[in-house]
Amino acid sequence: MSLLSVRGLSTEFRTERGVVKAVDDVSFDLAAGETLAIVGESGSGKSVTAMSILRLIPDPPGKISAGEVVFDGRDLLKLSDEEIRAIRGDRIAMIFQEPMSSLNPSLTVGLQIAEPINLHRKTPWAAAMDMAVELLERVRMSDARSRVKAYPHQFSGGMRQRAMIAMALACQPQLIIADEPTTALDVTVQAQILALLKEVTRAANSALILITHDLGVVARYADRVCVMYGGRIVEAGPAREIYARPRHPYTIGLMASVPRLDQEAGSRLVPIEGSPPNLANLPPGCAFAPRCRRAVDICRSERPPLVKSAPDHLSACHFHAQLSAPVGSHVGT
Amino acid sequence: MSAPDTVLEVKDLKVHFPVLAGAVVRRQVGSVKAVDGVSFDVRRGETLGLVGESGCGKSTTGLAILKMIDITSGEVKFEGENISSYDRSRMRPIRRRMQMVYQDPFGSLNPRMKVSEIVGEPLEVHGMASDRAAYDARVASLLDMVGLLPDMADRYPHEFSGGQRQRIGIARALALDPALIICDEPVSALDVSIQAQVVNLFQELQERLGLTYIFIAHDLAVVRHISHRIAVMYLGRIVEIAPRGELYAKPLHPYTQALLAAIPIPDPEVEASRPQQIITGEVPSAMRPPPGCRFHTRCPKVMEVCRSVDPSMRDRGGGRAVACHLYDT
Ligand SMILES: Nc1ncnc2c1ncn2[C@@H]1O[C@H](COP(=O)(O)OP(=O)(O)OP(=O)(O)O)[C@@H](O)[C@H]1O
Ligand SMILES: Nc1ncnc2c1ncn2[C@@H]1O[C@H](COP(=O)(O)OP(=O)(O)O)[C@@H](O)[C@H]1O
Ligand code: SF4
Ligand code: SF4
Ligand SMILES: [Mg+2]
Ligand SMILES: [Mg+2]
Repeated sequence: MSLLSVRGLSTEFRTERGVVKAVDDVSFDLAAGETLAIVGESGSGKSVTAMSILRLIPDPPGKISAGEVVFDGRDLLKLSDEEIRAIRGDRIAMIFQEPMSSLNPSLTVGLQIAEPINLHRKTPWAAAMDMAVELLERVRMSDARSRVKAYPHQFSGGMRQRAMIAMALACQPQLIIADEPTTALDVTVQAQILALLKEVTRAANSALILITHDLGVVARYADRVCVMYGGRIVEAGPAREIYARPRHPYTIGLMASVPRLDQEAGSRLVPIEGSPPNLANLPPGCAFAPRCRRAVDICRSERPPLVKSAPDHLSACHFHAQLSAPVGSHVGT
Repeated sequence: MSAPDTVLEVKDLKVHFPVLAGAVVRRQVGSVKAVDGVSFDVRRGETLGLVGESGCGKSTTGLAILKMIDITSGEVKFEGENISSYDRSRMRPIRRRMQMVYQDPFGSLNPRMKVSEIVGEPLEVHGMASDRAAYDARVASLLDMVGLLPDMADRYPHEFSGGQRQRIGIARALALDPALIICDEPVSALDVSIQAQVVNLFQELQERLGLTYIFIAHDLAVVRHISHRIAVMYLGRIVEIAPRGELYAKPLHPYTQALLAAIPIPDPEVEASRPQQIITGEVPSAMRPPPGCRFHTRCPKVMEVCRSVDPSMRDRGGGRAVACHLYDT
């Protein structure tokens, strides 16, 4: 039984350049305790997918145009505004890239952590504040008892992100969605925060959706992966399977284009030529066709559906069956 | 004496920014020791990587070499010439030979100038084009060099993607035939699939034109890929410098070890078997760096001596040097 089942999710934005299909027919499942990484380039639809799940899409200009988001047996897209508000921050928590934009600068950190506990759980303020201290201790903030009285600007970037995690954990959510939670942080702090996030979700058996563009982060923390390109999922499956036997030319290309610390340096990288697609003006067939070295006529006319290419492994490429060669070191497309 | 193939020599460079306070009378209450005693040299045709976490002084080092900010003390020698005390006008001829490529391909190009003007401007400023035809030919060849099409010359920056804008910035930096290019996080803002294109371009240009680079970045995998030697910075200091292979195969400084351990490798099998040694804490303020070894507040191998005695840079042979008491003999 999956905790979250996203089916055919589509979200559009009306812009002066026309209708942008930011998320187009996206489906995936997530079980309790699992970490799913959504990986893709800037503008591929990762954040819009996350915000659609929580119904945080600004309307206008945005609109969830199709699909269902079944969470714990209920379709979130059919809930009233009040019902979805009761779920946000309680059953599903979200952590954003820039903690400063989601923290209130004029309230103490402790008050902000205690608020959802008071709001959703009706816990009296004094008890909720005690829980805030405990939560800060759980995210290994030193001096938690005095730090609850501090304001966000008195924290470093890493401490703010710890506070955000404490806030997310406050009501013991079943699902945490973290959208590039460490992109703004230094590498050593990034490693601390991601390890912490992984540890606390594992301890609570919560599911985690980790949005990132970093293939290394995916490899270290994710159980499953969805690769997005041009608003669609182009490949999905268990992380080990995707890295060992990628079955989409975009994924294969990405892996060949990043330098790795554990490989011979000095060889030339194999880049993906061209640039990411313009969502307002997608080509009719496969969105990756203009950059794909394997593209043939059918790719430019027919959109490849996301199909099962191997057990528990989906690919949206007309030629997925021919792409099963294992990736040893750098493999070009 | 420097070897004849040394392009740049930096000795005990310090850049301190005054910190002012007071509403009416501004007085100096302290200083940010952004760069606090940095020494290295760069040989012709090589790439020196400069890595470290944000605020450790990478960009300030680059700007100080170009004399775009004031040097507090120390020496910068470019092609044998001590430029430490040069003012703007004396820097002019030097600036032809030293260029910079910036991180932000969006902010660093003038939005009201056509690509041909952006790329050609340095030629005009330095009076390097004899006539219109020579100017046009040079701009065309620069665009070609960085993989842009001739018809892009008449377009404006907003019509280009991040990777293309970075190519425009590189073409501009190449206009005056520089010897040294300081690249400050030149691929950090680009999408993963575009980074490799730009990294390859840097390498091709180096081979073709014999360029020397200082390549600043926080992504160690990218730096390792492109650099011949790497200097690791922490709180205004270089803590370790080594040829790329050695630095990654056997990092000596505990901070280098921590940085390398923090970078995940894009392979779940490898990650599963890798020991996860994550250091705690964050970089302390550059206004009040810790006494003794600046890394001692976070170092897993800290010893008593580290808390009071500042370790100096020691030569370890083979082009390696490290500043850590573990290697005192
Ligand atoms: N409020 C909005 N109005 C119009 N278009 C939008 C809006 N929000 C997102 N989009 C568009 O939706 C598409 C997907 O955006 P999204 O933010 O999901 O990308 P992403 O994968 O999260 O990228 P990044 O890695 O840069 O965060 C983009 O083309 C973006 O321009
Ligand atoms: N113009 C300035 N005035 C005051 N402080 C500065 C200035 N420029 C940089 N700094 C400080 O100097 C330190 C080093 O900065 P920088 O060289 O930009 O680091 P990096 O490029 O390694 O991230 C930081 O503490 C930064 O805040
Ligand atoms: S469908 Fe065609 S263009 Fe698209 S990824 Fe597969 S081979 Fe390439
Ligand atoms: S000098 Fe001491 S504190 Fe500094 S890095 Fe070496 S062992 Fe660690
Ligand atoms: Mg996003
Ligand atoms: Mg910088």
